[in-house]
Amino acid sequence: MSNEENNKEIKELLQQALTPLKDTELRRDLWPQMLRKLDEQPSRVPWFDWALAGILGATLFLFPGAIPALLYHL
Amino acid sequence: MELLERFAAGDLEAFEALFRAHQKEVYAWIVRIVRDRGIAEDLTVETFWRIYKSRSRFHPDGNFRAWARRIATNAALDHLRAARRETELPEDLASAATADPAVGRETRERIKQAFFQLPAKYRLVATLALIEAEPYEKIAEAAGISAALVKVRVFRAVRILRKKLNSLSAEVGAK
Repeated sequence: MSNEENNKEIKELLQQALTPLKDTELRRDLWPQMLRKLDEQPSRVPWFDWALAGILGATLFLFPGAIPALLYHL
Repeated sequence: MELLERFAAGDLEAFEALFRAHQKEVYAWIVRIVRDRGIAEDLTVETFWRIYKSRSRFHPDGNFRAWARRIATNAALDHLRAARRETELPEDLASAATADPAVGRETRERIKQAFFQLPAKYRLVATLALIEAEPYEKIAEAAGISAALVKVRVFRAVRILRKKLNSLSAEVGAK
């Protein structure tokens, strides 16, 4: 049997074992589920914001003299 | 302001309007890939969650339907990857109800077993191209790859299935 014929046979076997879905109709409105998911998600702070805060904290700890300068520029 | 512009700007009402307009289509696409209603519903919500999160990257002049389908395909692919790690054979939505009596039960089980063991990226294209008979171009657009690559993946999926079936037949024959 050639490769082409063999592949055709596999395709036919697959289509017989797993037939195309005829009923793909959505049976309920998913918006309430979507709203729950939107409500569940906490507002996450991006990692780079934490990194910046860490760098700033470390700088102020190591160089306390920079605090007045920082306050002046705020 | 247009609906898509309002959505891109973060308007929740615009997002709801888009959700209601496209949820059926997104679900229908996903359920044909994952072949399970409950999972398809969850993945539809997951798809719109990803859409909502990346709304600022959406260009209002773009094709929302194509963008949504691409995100839905990625969500379904992520599910197939995770599901492949599970050992239990899933119950297929269509085969349980409409199995062809001309094909032996054992053969059907063997091909299903081999099919569910396919790597996710091959199973995705094999489902859409071989079972659902979707055109290669449509699959390519949804998966974000070229039509030529879809063809290659279908060919490889068939080759893997052939090998697996042969080895399963040999195991059955040896018993």
